[in-house]
Amino acid sequence: MKTFKTGGIHPPEQKLTSGKAVEVMPHPQELAVPMSQHLGKPAKSVVKVGDEVKKGQRIGAADGFISANVHAPTSGKIKAVKQHPHPGGQYSMTVFITPDGKDEWLEGLNTPECDWKKLSKEEILKRITDSGIVGMGGAGFPSGVKLSPPKDKTIDTIILNGAECEPFLTADHRVMVEEPEAIIKGLEIITSLFQGKVSAYIGIESNKPDAVAALKKQADSKGIGIVVLETKYPQGAEKQLINAITGRTVNEGELPFDKGCLVHNIATAIAIYEAVCKNKPLIERVVTISGMEIHTARNIRILVGTKFSEIAAFCGSMTEKTNQVITGGPMMGKAQFSLDVPVTKTTSGILFINNRGLEKSGEKTCIRCSRCISACPQNLQPWLLANTAQLRDFETIELYGMANCTECGSCSYVCPSKRELVHWIKYAKTLASKRKQRQSA
Amino acid sequence: MEPLKLKVSYAPFVRSKDSIESVMYNVAVALLPATLVSIYFFGWRALLVTGVSIVSSICFEWAIDKIRKKPTACLDGSALVTGQLLALNLPSGLPLWMVIMGAFVAIVIAKHLFGGLGFNIFNPALVARVFLLISFPAAMTEWYAPFSVDMQTAASPLGILKTDGLQALADFNTLDAFYGIRPGSLGETSILALLPGAAWLLYKKYITWHIPATFIGTTLLFTGIFYLIDPLGYASPLFHLLTGGLVLGAFFMATDMVTSPLSLRGQIIFGIGCGVLTAIIRLWGGYPEGVSFAILIMNALVPLLDRWDVSEIKAKKQPSIKAA
Repeated sequence: MKTFKTGGIHPPEQKLTSGKAVEVMPHPQELAVPMSQHLGKPAKSVVKVGDEVKKGQRIGAADGFISANVHAPTSGKIKAVKQHPHPGGQYSMTVFITPDGKDEWLEGLNTPECDWKKLSKEEILKRITDSGIVGMGGAGFPSGVKLSPPKDKTIDTIILNGAECEPFLTADHRVMVEEPEAIIKGLEIITSLFQGKVSAYIGIESNKPDAVAALKKQADSKGIGIVVLETKYPQGAEKQLINAITGRTVNEGELPFDKGCLVHNIATAIAIYEAVCKNKPLIERVVTISGMEIHTARNIRILVGTKFSEIAAFCGSMTEKTNQVITGGPMMGKAQFSLDVPVTKTTSGILFINNRGLEKSGEKTCIRCSRCISACPQNLQPWLLANTAQLRDFETIELYGMANCTECGSCSYVCPSKRELVHWIKYAKTLASKRKQRQSA
Repeated sequence: MEPLKLKVSYAPFVRSKDSIESVMYNVAVALLPATLVSIYFFGWRALLVTGVSIVSSICFEWAIDKIRKKPTACLDGSALVTGQLLALNLPSGLPLWMVIMGAFVAIVIAKHLFGGLGFNIFNPALVARVFLLISFPAAMTEWYAPFSVDMQTAASPLGILKTDGLQALADFNTLDAFYGIRPGSLGETSILALLPGAAWLLYKKYITWHIPATFIGTTLLFTGIFYLIDPLGYASPLFHLLTGGLVLGAFFMATDMVTSPLSLRGQIIFGIGCGVLTAIIRLWGGYPEGVSFAILIMNALVPLLDRWDVSEIKAKKQPSIKAA
């Protein structure tokens, strides 16, 4: 079984929903579609209050090279365009739509499946970009940009990330079991964009044998490698996945394409397939609703823009003991301050938990146990980075390899003194980049 | 329904169950067999020394936390472990006021004057032991033989070796030494009782094999070379392994997280240094036993060893940053 070489942890897996088929949630009363659901500049809203929109109609236009279109998840009327809480923690310009219940597609979208092999490379890339596809694993990097690497980089390995190493999350797992054909087609489309000999792999953690079996059936005849990975966090982090599958190391300051690799998420591959073959923009996704405090943990297919409060109601509401609601997984996710926030293209999970650790929290002094060092998958010294961050010494911290930190949180997980190690590193990263901006301005 | 109060905190939202307390209490449990065996061998006096050492350590910890206006940490287990280790390093007949004084030196001087848990450079229990040894050399070397009814003092095997030479040790029984039936400090005598605790700590990954293996290995190698050169002038490596505090020190004192190096390379150098110094002091030093001195001297080098790693990380980065 393959795995990445350095560090890693094994938190309790808690995959409560791994055996539950994806259910479709009925359309909500109101949709709040943020213009920023991707890495890069927010899209510019192209609709006014009172406009009627059709399902799949573009309501936000990509603003600049690294940006992405946003589409109406269903047909209806624009109720408002205003700032609204965003699951990323900030406020974002958000388009509010009151669905008309007809769920009518815009002409020319959601067409019967066409043969992508007849399309030109430019047409495929155009469809991916127009459909607003972004990396659905969490970062939300616009896929059209990722699929057009600089001319001087040769891509020889395409990897689909089906590791899903975060505890609780099973959205990718279920999709792999239920829609293996779409995943393979999406991977084939991605591979067709690159010349020369390109090997394609799908990396899956060993705790999902049914997903491995489902994909193997489809992949073997196509020459796609299904790689079973050791169940270890953060197996699904881009750099760790590349290391596990190819043995290559993406060094500090390098991007995967510097090592000839391109990594896409499972859900993104399906979105690419649907965009290219069916002209279907990215307006819905599969989300894991889980945690100990939600009545019915389940995997649901859900429209982008659905508010967390409606999702909680659909899942039988949460218990009174709930004190945190997390988007994403428990290792790298974000705690929410409001249930008004909507699902975005990058929401892989929503967790309702009672975090008992909060009362006991409070950082103690480092007892130099060196666990953070052995847990760090990037071979860093988290204690040293955190100490330097606390001193606000943003010049020295760069020398300690701050930029190499992928913020996976393994160090904070293992620390017996409950130090917020990864938080301090994130803090230093934010302040250091702000300071750089100020200096260059 | 009442509006829900959601709390925002830093990721990750799951944490391992390990805490300072669990680390410390596991060490305390690992030391328990040695403590119990010492009570079995040396009687109620051993229990008294252990009890006084632990209680006074915890009291000093409480008091110094109050004086330093820190949250009380006297029950986090670190003072308990210090007290327990100190007791294991003392002879059973030591006057109790000396035990209390040792606890004071350990907690107040060696630990808190350096900044408290996590900041102390030297192992607190060892500082206290060496302080007592230098201040009260007679009382600190008055050993009692196990099960001695008449409370007669006896010399430890290493003491006999130092003062009377190898021939005086003719009736030294290897197996008895392994079981711990010999005069010595509470916890150092019975190797048999120390091993399960050491195995437990290794199994729970609270310690790694690097320091104990290099420490003991180097001592054996060093003393072994001289034994091979002159078997009549030097004691065998087995004798050195089973007597004195080598096993106690290598598994429980040198491995103290706070006072040992962070990197594997540092730990290996640290272990080798401890081994060489122990052997040198035992073979030619003024004291019969060298484990405590060796560990304390190597403790002093730990910041340097750690700094070496850090400066290497920096040096690796520097050219790439200049080029950028």
